[in-house]
Amino acid sequence: MVVKIPAKAVLSASTALGLVAALTACGGSGEESGDQTLTYWASNQGASVEEDKKVLKPALDRFTEETGVEVELEVIPWSELYNRILTAVSSGDAPDVLNIGNTWAASLQETGAFVPYEGADLEAVGGKGRFVETSFATGGAEGEAPTSVPLYGLSYALFYNPTMFEDAGIEEPPATWEEFVDTAKKLTKDTDGDGKPDQYGLAMEAGSERQNSHFAHILGQQYGGQLWKNGPNFSSAEQVDAVKMWVDMMAEEEIVDPSNAEFSDGTQSIGDFVDGKAAMIMMQGSARTTMAARDFDNYEVAQVPMLDPLPGKPIQSHAAGINISVFNDTENKEGALQLVEHLTSPEEQVYLSQEFQTLPVATKAYDNEELQSESMQTFRTILTEHASPMPLIPEEGQMETVLGESIAGLFADAATGSKVTEADVRDAMKEAETQMDAAN
Amino acid sequence: MSTTEEPRSGAAEEDPPTEAGPASGSRRRRPRRPGVLLPYGMVLPAAVLELLIHIIPMILGIYIAFTSLTQLTIRNWTSAPFVGLENFVRGLDPSGALGSALFQSLFRTALYTALVVGLSWVLGMAAAVSLNTKFRGRGVLRTLFLVPYALPVYVAAIIWAFMFNHRDGMINRLLVQDLGLLDDRPFWLIGENAFWVLVVVSVWRLWPFAFLMLLAALQSIPEDMYEAAAIDGASTWKRFTGITMPMVRPANAVVLLVMGLWTFNEFNIPFLLFGDTSPDSARLISPLIYEHSFVNWNFGLGAAMSVLLLVALIIASAVYVRMVLPKGSSND
Amino acid sequence: MTETPGFRWFRRITLTVLTVFTVMPLYVLVVTSVKPLENVRGLFTWVPDRVTFQPYVDMWSTIPLARYLTNSLIVTITATVLALIVAVLAAYPLARLRFRGKRVFSMTVLSTQMFPGILFLLPLFLMFVQGEELLGIQLTGSYFGLIITYLTFALPFSIWMLAGYFQAIPEGLEEAAMIDGTSRIGALVRIILPVARPGILAVAVFAFITAWGEVLFASVLTDTETRTLSIGLKLYTSQTDTLWNELLAASLTISLPVIVAFMLVQRHLVSGLSAGAVK
Repeated sequence: MVVKIPAKAVLSASTALGLVAALTACGGSGEESGDQTLTYWASNQGASVEEDKKVLKPALDRFTEETGVEVELEVIPWSELYNRILTAVSSGDAPDVLNIGNTWAASLQETGAFVPYEGADLEAVGGKGRFVETSFATGGAEGEAPTSVPLYGLSYALFYNPTMFEDAGIEEPPATWEEFVDTAKKLTKDTDGDGKPDQYGLAMEAGSERQNSHFAHILGQQYGGQLWKNGPNFSSAEQVDAVKMWVDMMAEEEIVDPSNAEFSDGTQSIGDFVDGKAAMIMMQGSARTTMAARDFDNYEVAQVPMLDPLPGKPIQSHAAGINISVFNDTENKEGALQLVEHLTSPEEQVYLSQEFQTLPVATKAYDNEELQSESMQTFRTILTEHASPMPLIPEEGQMETVLGESIAGLFADAATGSKVTEADVRDAMKEAETQMDAAN
Repeated sequence: MSTTEEPRSGAAEEDPPTEAGPASGSRRRRPRRPGVLLPYGMVLPAAVLELLIHIIPMILGIYIAFTSLTQLTIRNWTSAPFVGLENFVRGLDPSGALGSALFQSLFRTALYTALVVGLSWVLGMAAAVSLNTKFRGRGVLRTLFLVPYALPVYVAAIIWAFMFNHRDGMINRLLVQDLGLLDDRPFWLIGENAFWVLVVVSVWRLWPFAFLMLLAALQSIPEDMYEAAAIDGASTWKRFTGITMPMVRPANAVVLLVMGLWTFNEFNIPFLLFGDTSPDSARLISPLIYEHSFVNWNFGLGAAMSVLLLVALIIASAVYVRMVLPKGSSND
Repeated sequence: MTETPGFRWFRRITLTVLTVFTVMPLYVLVVTSVKPLENVRGLFTWVPDRVTFQPYVDMWSTIPLARYLTNSLIVTITATVLALIVAVLAAYPLARLRFRGKRVFSMTVLSTQMFPGILFLLPLFLMFVQGEELLGIQLTGSYFGLIITYLTFALPFSIWMLAGYFQAIPEGLEEAAMIDGTSRIGALVRIILPVARPGILAVAVFAFITAWGEVLFASVLTDTETRTLSIGLKLYTSQTDTLWNELLAASLTISLPVIVAFMLVQRHLVSGLSAGAVK
């Protein structure tokens, strides 16, 4: 009954375990890029990853038909995209073509991992003249050859609920901030009689670093400020005014539900708007896919209000959007550039912008008669005439985190009942500046 | 923490085995030569894995703390510039913006650890003492109490985040609508309360572990010790302090240390409750380092801060081991 | 032990408070998972407006839950089994044999418990990348990388618990077998392991729970194909909405097997721990 198991056998078995595991369990991914196959990482634009695959497939099929080059597509959720890109940069295990958030352009440019669009390479993707100017400017740091070109254009706009406007006897969407606050106050009311408002004038992602930073930029520009001047410049008088005004929407004017201070995933304020808890939101055009997914179409779109008188520039949005880059390590640079050319061509842009509710980045696409709706015109005007890029600096990502977080902190103070004075705002902005300085 | 685990059967065994194998008289029929290599062969897989996954990456991490590794240099990370102590000077200077935030966070994490470990121990002990007696439903409760520990940590965090939602969450519904204890719904996941939410969720998740370990320790106390004390007329409390506490002392020492280390390094719960960046009031040290490393992409700085964390833990553990753990022998 | 009325009250109060504390979130979990979506968007309700099991149907198609579940199972089970083998092999000589370097080994293994995960996340990733080039084995984004990582995470605690457990087993048992001519390994496998089953179960449960719930390393070491549940569940928070009912239905579904397994072994768990580690 007793069987001897030699020690040696166990030893070799135990050391071999690793190998066995390697052979049996190593079922992970492996990119086999054949000669003619390109890998493409797309960002998640529509309601879901699966949805995006369906949208992109025909566009990529048309590319394969034209060129004979197959494309292997992976759609990556936003929460993971930046990590995946940096992982790819550090490991060299990268796709040929990929989408990036355009505010990351300068940052990723510095890694040296992307093909610069200059000379023949720029011509290969259609040349500078193809693109909407404000969007093209986001491609990289000023004075350097861009390493990304725009793919989807986006801009903020004011969404409002016409039924609520009508009920409150408001005819026009507000054009100035003063009108905006008045309008919003009329729309903030207690509908069920419990003494507390349950409908608000405005909903916002007050806990979101990104939206907070964007509006610090937009309002800062209107006040004549600048977030970055050879370094962080958050505590300048203009920027402090801008942030104070933004926070006061909740703190002073009380036109935003304090609950919004917890909103940070980019969809909760849209939920409030859809559910009739708020009459207005300021969102990028892609919010329309979210509303469509919730079967909601009772909204109109207007331009973002402006200061009157306007001390600074007539900016209503940052030049938002998604850019597209080619990895240096690609074995098929020609094919990769062709793919970029294809996706940014006016024809595909018409298709993609309708599917994803984005704005075309090719100027010619705007001539298409399918894109002549009133809301499209509004978004287009904002992007082409009233947009300026977020600072084109490598530290942009970090700036959005640090600045946005400190503004979210001010909202948290306001929501939990503290007063937010101008001095508080200045202190918070100074603190954010020191943090930026210290970390770089 | 290692003195207690020192194997009992070989308490005095620093000397190398003689070629004839361990010479402990009574045993005659030892296998011969393989005996010398056998122990090494058996610990080899563990040693290799520890080396590859724990030790070498740690050393590499310490090295990174002396370089300026950022997203700009990550592509060719082996040649990231060596910057000496710069990361430490910038990150750990208590008068600088980063350093003061770091030390605040360190202090906060210490407080958090003390609260979570303390509360978990108290709850675990109370439950263990209660369930170490016989009554109906004991088995059911024992199983129920272990559920939070068996639940994946992300599931626990998801549920609690859902419950603590300001406008629609269960907690505010209970406090404001149902019990009427408060007029206004408080915020939990932002502002000052976030710290307490963190403590509550962490305790919920951790106390079953204390309960499990302490219950096991209680069950190994011989019943007759209590009976003898009862005959002497000792009160319940006397029996607890006179018998139970001393008897579970070795278990306690280890349980507290393990829970302390886990809690001090806690990353999952704040990350799942608050996302990439925690509210100021609840920013623990691991999420803070994560923020510097993986949100702001300054790996050198993050690594320097982790080295400080490691040093703090080593010192704390060493002091703890000296003060709390029984010296020398660890016999029962 | 005689129970005084005071102790009974203490027990009653303790157990009531702890039961409420434990059950509250579990109740929310269960009740939310059977609510229709409209019912989870507004204020929390104690009772569903309407009980529906639709979330349990829809959750599979909203995200590739089945794939994540498979990934988690493969990674966790493999890591647990391997961790057990490696830990048993390492714990036995610590408990029974003498060898030079034993103290150093046990100290080192245990001290890795205090390493902050955050310190070696990036270095480990960079090493894996480097290893891929040297060995040609896919380590990042593969099961293999995750398995050896989780396996190692479980080792210190497992080795320590098992060593304690083995020590508690009378040496006479193996000696009798070895007198009969069995080798030491043979004695370990045929004599010690069966006796140590409760301790081994306890260790297995611990290793399983560690790997099943890990978030930080999974976020860096997996990709779309190999993503585990801890990361994948986030996708119920989509671009459009958080599907709380489906999220919690999925959470409950993936927790149940662990909880059931835990219940089955919990009796052994306590006896395993009391015989070994916590003495």
